[in-house]
This record gives sequence, C-alpha cells and structure tokens, in this order.
Amino acid sequence: MLNIENIKKTFNPGTITEKVALRGVSLHLKPGDFVTVIGGNGAGKSTLMNAIAGTFKVDAGKIVIDGKDITKLPEHKRAKYIGRVFQDPMMGTAANMQIEENLAIASRRGQFPTLRWSAPEAQRAYFREQLKPLNLGLEDRLESKVGLLSGGQRQALTLLMATMVEPKLLLLDEHTAALDPKTAAQVLELTNSIVNSRKLTTLMITHNMRDALSCGNRLIMLHEGRILIDVSGEEKKSLTIKDLLAMFEKAAGSELNSDALLLS
Amino acid sequence: MDLIIPTISQGLLWSLLAIGVYITFRVLDIADLTVEGSFPLGAAVAAACMLGGMNPVLAIFVAAFAGMLAGVVTGFLCTKLKIPALLAGILTMIALYSVNLHVMGKANLSLLQVDTVFTLYSIPDVTLGNMVLVIGAAVVVFTGVLCYWFFGTEIGASIRATGCNPHMIRANGINTDITVILGLLISNALVAVSGALVAQANGFADVGMGVGTIVIGLASVIIGEVLFGTRSFKNCLISVILGSIVYRAVIAVVLQMGMPPNDLKLFTAILVAAALSMPLCQAKLKKRKVAE
Ligand SMILES: Nc1ncnc2c1ncn2[C@@H]1O[C@H](COP(=O)(O)OP(=O)(O)O)[C@@H](O)[C@H]1O
Ligand SMILES: [Mg+2]
Repeated sequence: MLNIENIKKTFNPGTITEKVALRGVSLHLKPGDFVTVIGGNGAGKSTLMNAIAGTFKVDAGKIVIDGKDITKLPEHKRAKYIGRVFQDPMMGTAANMQIEENLAIASRRGQFPTLRWSAPEAQRAYFREQLKPLNLGLEDRLESKVGLLSGGQRQALTLLMATMVEPKLLLLDEHTAALDPKTAAQVLELTNSIVNSRKLTTLMITHNMRDALSCGNRLIMLHEGRILIDVSGEEKKSLTIKDLLAMFEKAAGSELNSDALLLS
Repeated sequence: MDLIIPTISQGLLWSLLAIGVYITFRVLDIADLTVEGSFPLGAAVAAACMLGGMNPVLAIFVAAFAGMLAGVVTGFLCTKLKIPALLAGILTMIALYSVNLHVMGKANLSLLQVDTVFTLYSIPDVTLGNMVLVIGAAVVVFTGVLCYWFFGTEIGASIRATGCNPHMIRANGINTDITVILGLLISNALVAVSGALVAQANGFADVGMGVGTIVIGLASVIIGEVLFGTRSFKNCLISVILGSIVYRAVIAVVLQMGMPPNDLKLFTAILVAAALSMPLCQAKLKKRKVAE
C-alpha cells in the first residue's frame, strides 16, 4: 500500500542550522498494516510523516501509495489518499466553524469543491450516525462551534474526519500526547477500534512504548533519521519493553537513555 | 433631523467596503491594505466609463471586475511569491495610485454632467436623496444575500476554513493558495463597487478618496461586531452592514458637535485602536478582579 524508497531530508542545508532529519528511510507497508513508530526526541518521526503527507518535498527518494507515485505532488493533492491526525488538537479542525461544517469538509476530502451548499440538511443523519460511536454526545451538538470542544473531543472528531472518506493511508502523529492520561486512553481505544475494524493501513507515532507494543501488527524505531528496529507479526506480539531496549543497544551500539525514548 | 437619510445612505454605500474588509480581516485573517487602492480604483473606473458614455449600471460591473484584478494581484504576491500579506497589499495599493491616475487622466473627475444609477431611473415624487437610500438598500441586501449564499457553499466554506486553520483545510485536499486569492478577489470586488457607488452618489471620483478606507472598514466591522453580535456568519454580515451605518452616524454627530472635519481620520484611527485593544484591556481588568 505504501512504498517508501530511500527518502532523505535535510533542513536548512548549507547553513549553521543545517539538520539532517532523514538519512535514507525505506519502508514498505502491506494493505491493512498498522505500524507503530517510536524513537527519541528529534529522531525524525514527524519528519517522516510530514514527508509522506507532503508538508515539504524530500531531497531524494520516492514515495508511492497504492501504485501512485506521489513524491512530487503538493500537500493538498495527496490529501485524497491520506488521512491525518496531528499532535496539536487545534490543528485538525476549524475552531470557528460548526461540528457539522467540519464534518462536511471532511466528507469531501480530495474532491474539488463546488457551488453546492456545504452542509446540507440531508447529510445530518449520516453525521449523527458517524458521531454516535464516539460516545461523546457530539451527535446532539452538530451546530456547536468546534472551538468549544475539549482537546480529547477535538482529537476524536479529527480521527473521525480523517477516516470518513476511507484513506489509503492513515497518519497519526502522537495524536494522544497532548491529552490527559484518561482521555488519551479513550482516544487510543477509539483509534484501535476504527483502524482494526476497517483494516486501515496506518502509521502511528507514539511516545508511549507500552502503546507501541500493544497496538498494531508491526513496530519500527527511528534513530537519527534511520529505521533502527523493525519487528512484526509473532515477534512483535511477544516483545517486551526490556527486549526493545536490548535490541536498541545492540543496533545502535550505545546504551539507550530510556528516559529519552519514553518521555520524548 | 434632515441628516438622517443621507447618513443612512452613505452608511449603506460604504457597507460594501465594510463587508470587503470583513472578508479579508475576519474570514481570511489577513489585514489587506489593497482596499486603499481598490476603493478609488472602483470610483475611477466607473467614472471613466460613464464619462465615455457607458451605462452607469454597467460601469459598476466594470469597476467590480477591476477590483477583482487588484485582489488577484495581491493574492498572487502573497501566495505564489510568498510576500507577507500586509506588504503585498501595500505594494498593490501604491501601484494602484498610478493606475488610478492613468484611468482618470487627471486627479479628479466630475460626474455632475452625466447620469448615475441614482439619476437614471427617477421615480416620481422621490427625491435624489431618497433614491440613494432606496438603491443603496437594494444593492446592500442583494450583496448580503449573495455573500451569505456563497460563503455557505463548498467553495465558500473552504475559504472560511482557510482563514481559520490552513493546515486542516490542506489536509482535506484544498489548495489554500487558490482560496486566499479567491477571498481577496471577492473582497476587492466589493470594495471597488463601494467606491463606484460612492463616486456616483457624491458626483466625483478623486485619486485621494481611498486614504483611510481600511480604517473606516475596520471601524465599521468592529462597531458592528460589538453592538450586534457575531453568533453566525449571517449575524456577522448584518452586524457589519449596521456597523457601517452606525459609524456614519457617529461621524455625523461629532461633526455636528463642532469637530473640525480635518480631524475625522485622527478620530477614526483612535476609535479603531481603542476597539482593537479592548480584548486585551478586558483581560487585564478581569485578572485584576481575580487577584483582588
Ligand atoms: N521545519 C524544520 N526546520 C528545521 N529543522 C527541523 C524542522 N522540522 C524538524 N526539524 C529537525 O529535524 C529533526 C527531526 O525532527 P522531528 O521529525 O520533528 O523529530 P521527532 O522524531 O521528535 O518527531 C530535529 O532535529 C528537528 O529539530
Ligand atoms: Mg514529533
């Protein structure tokens, strides 16, 4: 479903703030793969995701989704294939607009906008039905401004919006990191239920090793712009945090500061 | 007493400018100074067309088209060339000063010898002053309804979302360069129409008539929002139109009270500065109260 060939990215090349963020990353996802991504602060996790989403162009390499080469496509043209939830709950929704207006925009992801009415009455029943499983009571608040919602409610809504039109690839960048533990657990549960029930091909960055181990069928660890560890299937199922730390030491040839990994 | 009708009339004609400023300042979240050039551009284009024998209604449409072009230029500068929006607007505004002089051939054109939209279709027993009121109201209602409809469509909602959260709308597949350009286009078309109508009502077009229009537009937007609310887009549109009328009324009152006309712009600037700083002052006051 996703084929990444040796992509590289350097920020501010040729200046004193030059930063090599991706040193040649290759990754192949099969349809339905749910991959958790871990790595210390600055390892290049968000950069990898932004490269796929098209926030910037990569310096080298190729990105192919479902047979379509998107390496040169601008961000808005990739949206047709990609659903995204950001770390910042403010990023995924338009605060000044109503819940139903946000949903209406998401229900047309990747389509050219027309002069038809944006949020017609006829869609309301569908929106209510989509909101109900979130168990947040949002189905009765279609006309509320999204800005009135809590961070957790906004992330749940963003998750719904990102998956409303089935994405070929779902990108989740630490989408629970800004939430309190209880809300984070709820949003993660919702994520698991949506991704697993619809078998969405997903990349999920998390700073929580336990979540990284318990979710998905594959785990990768990034370190200094490279994929250091890649485990899947049965091997991943039986993996513990201790195994992971040991694997890291072996691969990176240095002792892992587990704080950096856990807390970043 | 006899000032009421002209005050409301002027407020209506200028309210199209206020809606234009609302679209950039509030909807797109851009302070667009192009209006200082596109307002006199609308006046100049309409005046030149009318003096060339064109029907005054048609002249307004030509003015709107000129305003669209001005908006597209600013939009191109700030999206494709990445020039900060404020500077892009200033560049277009300065360029338009020369353009407007070219369009008019001189600094000032009188329209007293030609028919305007207000004299063309005279109704018996209705004075010219009342005609301005009637036609102004009709144009404003038409424009308001058109704006309400457009910003409720898929394209219009994309423009509103762009101003609110460009990341979100790009993640949903919308090209924000296009929506920004489109918003500036619509805004400046409305501003140019406002300029064309004001020129026709006042009987002249002047190259300097744009000075301070951004502040007048902002004053109308803010007065309207404070007095009449911002619950929904429809509410905002109505507030802005009423705000423009209230602004004219305030000006009429302070002039009546003996303020020299030369101080008008100073007065308006202080009014807007005070209104824009209000949220900060309120927050400070609240903090102090909490601290007590
Ligand atoms: N837009 C940018 N400009 C400059 N440097 C950047 C930019 N984005 C990320 N970086 C740098 O690239 C490295 C990787 O960042 P990132 O991918 O955000 O790490 P993380 O794994 O914590 O998400 C960091 O050193 C970061 O400072
Ligand atoms: Mg990150």
